[in-house]
Amino acid sequence: MKKQSLIIVVIAAIIVIGGAFFITNQNKLQDTAQDQKKIGFIYIGPPGDHGWTYMHDQGRQYMEKELGDAISTTYIENVPENADAVRSIRKLADSGHDLIFTTSFNYMDQTLEVAKEFPDVKFEHATGFQRTDNVSTYSARFYEGRTVIGHLAGKMTETNTIGYIVSFPIPEVIRGINAFYLAASKVNPDVKIKIIWVYSWYDPGKEADAANTLINQGADIIVQHTDSYAPCQAAEKAGVLAFGQASNQEAFCPNAHMTSIEDIWGPYYAARAKAVLDGTWSSEDTWQGFKDGMVEMSPYNEKLLSADLIAEAKAIEESIENGTLHSFEGPIYNQSGELMVAEGEVADDGMLAGMMFYVNGIDGEVPQ
Amino acid sequence: MNYDLILGILNIVLISTTPLVFAGIGELVTEKSGVLNLGLEGLMLVGAVSGFISLVITGNYFYSFILSILSGAILSSIFAFFVLRLLTNQIATGLALTIFGIGLSAMLGKKFAGTPINGLSPYYLIIFSFILVFLINYILYKTKAGLIIRAVGENHHSAYALGYDVIKTRYLTIIFGGVMCSLAGFYISVCYAPMWQEGMTAGRGWIALALVVFATWKPWRLLVGAYIFGGVAIMQMNLQAFGVKLPGQFFNMMPYLATLMVLVFISSNKVRLKLNAPSSLTIPFIKD
Repeated sequence: MKKQSLIIVVIAAIIVIGGAFFITNQNKLQDTAQDQKKIGFIYIGPPGDHGWTYMHDQGRQYMEKELGDAISTTYIENVPENADAVRSIRKLADSGHDLIFTTSFNYMDQTLEVAKEFPDVKFEHATGFQRTDNVSTYSARFYEGRTVIGHLAGKMTETNTIGYIVSFPIPEVIRGINAFYLAASKVNPDVKIKIIWVYSWYDPGKEADAANTLINQGADIIVQHTDSYAPCQAAEKAGVLAFGQASNQEAFCPNAHMTSIEDIWGPYYAARAKAVLDGTWSSEDTWQGFKDGMVEMSPYNEKLLSADLIAEAKAIEESIENGTLHSFEGPIYNQSGELMVAEGEVADDGMLAGMMFYVNGIDGEVPQ
Repeated sequence: MNYDLILGILNIVLISTTPLVFAGIGELVTEKSGVLNLGLEGLMLVGAVSGFISLVITGNYFYSFILSILSGAILSSIFAFFVLRLLTNQIATGLALTIFGIGLSAMLGKKFAGTPINGLSPYYLIIFSFILVFLINYILYKTKAGLIIRAVGENHHSAYALGYDVIKTRYLTIIFGGVMCSLAGFYISVCYAPMWQEGMTAGRGWIALALVVFATWKPWRLLVGAYIFGGVAIMQMNLQAFGVKLPGQFFNMMPYLATLMVLVFISSNKVRLKLNAPSSLTIPFIKD
């Protein structure tokens, strides 16, 4: 027993001493470069997810390239959307960061809490809606991209059945389903969408199961609103078509991937950092789409889509950009037949932000 | 419902359930010898990442398979050393192993995340999983080796007095459990969803752990239990796609709920409890 307790003491000592070295080294890193503006990011996943967090990290790198030595950036990855986030955000605020981006919807309360403690630090909360003097919100109109892929799916489906894999019933996701269905049913009134909720942003196995289930039930196109590229891979294997998510995923499923809706955060991040440098930063609400380049379509797959269809898709992008087309043009009815958007009108941002109903024609109910 | 549709559903159930069978049967053997290893999730992730990395580098499924199970063997022997030689608490050490495995796999896989690979057909390992359950059942109940494992798990002092090497037996069962977990991980990252991303096993290790209790430590029941858990998950997806309204979150917690119910059932009766759970589970063996 004596020998064993000695070993345990030695191991404990190594951990304590090693930890102490690590912490002092970290503090040293944080002490350098006082004149630079420090910009921090909170990520929900790893930058290597090739989805949501990957695109935020691309935005961070773009900003670094644009502004060079005037700024330095830090990020903390895999921060859970719970009380733990407060600790991570506070850590950034406490270590002299001037601007902090919190890049997921459920960091809302945590961001506001820390922002109250640090009135001189600027905060930017992605996809949120609550602002204060030092908290801005920003989001992208991903649903505009869903209109484009809806059009393509309506034209490309042969079984008139489209499989749609979704994460959680929140307005952002429901808005996407509706925009997609409105565009698909406009060009193909017989189209049906089958929806599977997997209750996870990220579970490659489950996402693949859902894709295979939908394909087995006759879907010949797979659409997803989850973060891994497993559904696109499953589609490739089964020989059906798919759309990627958040970033260009053609490398993983070259014979299934038609296009993908990409989130482009770089220019926005650079502009906001510049505003901090110039002292012109103020709390704002930003919601941009194709027009400002915050949403883009990945290159259309010419092996799968005809030149005419690609031209149509590009025309839709353009008319959304110049305002002649809106993803939610009336008349729009909900499932019980109530008129939600009158003819000749478009859905306003308030309705879009809180959208929790399916439009008429979609089977099934929105889960509670 | 037509014939093709049902066959298709069965196919998806087979593909998605197999990792649970591998990880579950490994843990079952470990627990039969009286050791509780809570490190399944970590072992699976390390198995998944080492299988993936070695496939990217060598391009050979066989090497990838070997390296993956080797990683599980190494990691679980570290666990074995801690709990058997240093007599650390099995629960704390197992949890530490899970946390360590999550971190280690994320670190190793960082450079490889998002590398496209060609997956291996899952059917070889699916067939193997059935043979494996049959073999384990045979070994545990029909051979001397199985008798020793069970004796060590029931009462290690008696087994020791009879001349069996308790520590060596447990080393072997722990390593077997580790190898099976890494095989489950290999299956996930190379066959099931051919990719590597951090945390991609998404809690399957915990379901496999619950499964062992659900099966009351019997190999055949484990197989049946795994297919009940897997089948219910796929059925609810099918019903959703048919437009039936279901509480999805409820189905996600169903494996744990079912396990709790089994636990309540078997612990309500002392005899039933004794017949099933290995008596020396989690108790460290100290030579007198």
